[in-house]
Amino acid sequence: MVPALSIIFVFQLVGEVISRGLHLPLPGPVLGMLGMVVAISASEKLRDLIRPVAQGLLAHLSLLFVPAGVGVVAHMPTLMAHGPALAIALVVSTLLAIVVGAIAFSLAAKLVGSVSDD
Amino acid sequence: MTDAALIWSYLTSQPLLWLTATLLAYWAGDRLFQLSRRNPLANPVVIAVILLATLLISTGTAYADYFEGAQFVHFMLGPATVCLAIPLQANLKAIRKALVPILVALVAGSFTAVASALAIAKLLGADDMLLASLAPKSATAPVAIGISEALGGQPTLTAVLVLLTGMIGAVFVTPMLNALGLRDWRARGFATGVAAHGIGTARAFQVHDTAGAFASIGMGLNAVLTAFMAPLVLHLFL
Repeated sequence: MVPALSIIFVFQLVGEVISRGLHLPLPGPVLGMLGMVVAISASEKLRDLIRPVAQGLLAHLSLLFVPAGVGVVAHMPTLMAHGPALAIALVVSTLLAIVVGAIAFSLAAKLVGSVSDD
Repeated sequence: MTDAALIWSYLTSQPLLWLTATLLAYWAGDRLFQLSRRNPLANPVVIAVILLATLLISTGTAYADYFEGAQFVHFMLGPATVCLAIPLQANLKAIRKALVPILVALVAGSFTAVASALAIAKLLGADDMLLASLAPKSATAPVAIGISEALGGQPTLTAVLVLLTGMIGAVFVTPMLNALGLRDWRARGFATGVAAHGIGTARAFQVHDTAGAFASIGMGLNAVLTAFMAPLVLHLFL
């Protein structure tokens, strides 16, 4: 576990340094993730080393949102003041994005003749 | 001071108490989620947040004090984001096979999510901080929090908006797309992953395996695209 965790941290660290050094819009961990996709595509050994730890972490991904989510207590006044605006923005934009995305996918798939395996 | 008060004041000055409370609250939330047969309305994170928020308010604990303990859990978001490389890489073959529809749907869905949310919130009087916190809400939480921070938003507010977005997507996606008669599971899953990240992806896996696989691709790719798109679209509304 220690080697895998060390490598994961190194990818994040390098991503953080590149992101801040070059003032990129991509957060460091996302750069680290992209670097990791390239690295595990190149090395099966690395992928086998990382996979168990990654799966363990990702299985409890939701837990990691809890501390930030509890921040809701610090934002009660904002949420109260803008409750209706935020609720309408979230519901409409999420449903619209799903419909637009799904229709765009279907149309593009028909256009290029890409069919599902199942 | 009584012994109990001394112990309490010791505990509240240490990270152990709130770290333990965070894990216990999530455990309780996860149990309830399983008992409800994975009903998206019984989201474990929402249950845990409600339990902890109630506890903080009733004990008069400041969020900053809570975060002293909870930061160890929060910290793991970064490494977890790096780990998303594993499912993303495993799906590279499926991505190549449907590359054109994936790219078209990714750009269309991601732009719609950011731009429509900002347009509506701006029309209804949201200020700049609120808009910056709202912009990345369709991206997966660790990424959205990072983007929000970079844009001058409130990361903790973004976390709440991200959770709500996922729940809205998970609850409405199936009846909505059934009503529209869309039957391509790849399209349905992918769009759900783009708009409603991990919570939508979990829902997609319950409905259909292909939908789930494409939802995780959508979530992964949108994490990257939102990082580029959110700052650009946000500038149109500031």
